[in-house]
Amino acid sequence: MNDTQPTSTTAKGPASSAGEVIPPAATGGVTQATIVKKTAPKSDYKPADVSPQRRVQRSFAVRLWSIRHSRSLEWFYARFADVFLKLHPLWKSIGYGNIEAPVKFVERQVKGFMFDCRMCGQCVLSSTGMSCPMNCPKQLRNGPCGGVRANGNCEVEPDMPCVWVKAWEGSRNMVKGDAILAVQKPVDQSLRETSAWLRVTAQAAAAREAAEPGAQG
Amino acid sequence: MIASYTHQRDENPEGPHLPLEPLPGHTSRGRLERVLRRGEFAVTTELNPPDSADPEDVYNRAKVFDGWVDAINAVDASGANCHMSSVGICALLTRMGYAPVMQIACRDKNRIAIQGDVLGGAAMGVANILCLTGDGVQAGDQPGAKPVFDLDSTSLLETIRIMRDNGKFLSGRKLTTPPQLFLGAAINPFAPPYDFRPIHLGKKIAAGAQFVQSQYCFDVPMLRTFMDKARDLGFTEKVFILVGVGPLASAKTAKWIRSNVPGIHIPDAVIKRLEGAQDQKKEGKQLCIDIINEVKEIPGVSGIHVMAYRQEEYVAEIVDESGVLKGRRPWKREPRADDRLVADRLERILRDDTTETQVDMVKTAH
Repeated sequence: MNDTQPTSTTAKGPASSAGEVIPPAATGGVTQATIVKKTAPKSDYKPADVSPQRRVQRSFAVRLWSIRHSRSLEWFYARFADVFLKLHPLWKSIGYGNIEAPVKFVERQVKGFMFDCRMCGQCVLSSTGMSCPMNCPKQLRNGPCGGVRANGNCEVEPDMPCVWVKAWEGSRNMVKGDAILAVQKPVDQSLRETSAWLRVTAQAAAAREAAEPGAQG
Repeated sequence: MIASYTHQRDENPEGPHLPLEPLPGHTSRGRLERVLRRGEFAVTTELNPPDSADPEDVYNRAKVFDGWVDAINAVDASGANCHMSSVGICALLTRMGYAPVMQIACRDKNRIAIQGDVLGGAAMGVANILCLTGDGVQAGDQPGAKPVFDLDSTSLLETIRIMRDNGKFLSGRKLTTPPQLFLGAAINPFAPPYDFRPIHLGKKIAAGAQFVQSQYCFDVPMLRTFMDKARDLGFTEKVFILVGVGPLASAKTAKWIRSNVPGIHIPDAVIKRLEGAQDQKKEGKQLCIDIINEVKEIPGVSGIHVMAYRQEEYVAEIVDESGVLKGRRPWKREPRADDRLVADRLERILRDDTTETQVDMVKTAH
């Protein structure tokens, strides 16, 4: 490949130098990426997996179980949200600010165990078949990328099933599975590490209060 | 004298680098949208971005496509390998009057940088933007880079659509002049989850996609299944679908791509056909032409996107031999009438080696 040549590669006219054009395979599968990997300093310690995202997860067995049981989890989640909303006066009397730390702790433990939650603070599990889209190395929230492998695994993490292949499967089991068709807004990074449960509850309560005077008038 | 110069179709008489007259129903002032909305079979291609700071490299690489394509994609560090930026390539191409499709990948820039690039690109005369998620950094030559992925392709589409139609940034702040753009997205009907793919296309349309370019198509039956579903859902009425095609250099390359480039599906039959050929490169080109001939007959396909990486010189032949243009000649960069006049005259003076006197010149002028 004439990549190393300092002079213009197209001085004689572009790509017309047909003889020089070498397909990637002709050089024995050597790509820039392999060169980079080879020149990396050698040591006995080889980190597992490719992306840091994947490394902080234990295994995805529980996550896949949750997706398989997306329908019952959907049912449970709806009840759970109702209970939380009923407790709104309690939250309000304690103060949402005071309750945030303990609720966030519980939320992180529970959702972390069940879904490998990343605490983005704006949960869309119900729209993504109970498959957390933040586990995708590209953190896609609107559907799979074009790189999904033929076996349904991730392009970046060859051993991990694609989050969005699983999301589609999970959503097909759910009653309101068609929520997967909604276009999601970009992640609001300023909401990271906050409790999605409390936000949803506070918003639902505010919406309910806003609707009440309207009903009277 | 200048009046005798007839400018080409889809060219601003004031200069090819200027935007076209706005037309009703058109959101951009570019050539690609006009070609597609007229119902003509469009051909787009991809420019292999140079690893250099020499503008001639870009011009030379664009020149091979002259007169054969309607738009040229300026890729944004495809495969997460660093090259000249798509904004830079677009700046050079629009200067020369070409119609680039500016690709934006979400991997490298956050929403602030992207919205700024959209305005800058539109101001330079970029009429088409292709919204992509982008490959992971792990795929490229600098795997230690920070992956950004602040937006994804769908929310990027929506962001730019809001900028164009509502004249607002994502924050709601007003734009004084909104960009006039033709928005595109990428599709890959050849990767799982197969039954979600047509629905995913619908999501991209809802977010603002007006045209889509697909991943390499080597499996026409699979594309047909996808197109049937998309047609049933009514999507082919709402979006122009350009199918990605390209020549394979050899069976070895095909195998390499199949095992190393995720998302490109190459059936065994294709590899067998290449292996059995005398001249694999020629067979690869013929295979591409055969696929184009099959694809162009599928209802709902509005054009092709020819990706001939490192084989760019074959794009013209492939387009010509497949006959998809049906005799139509896409815009071609030609010297302006006055420039040509000067060039002709200079050449005559230099070649003929005659000394012209004023007296002679007056005689010939009459």
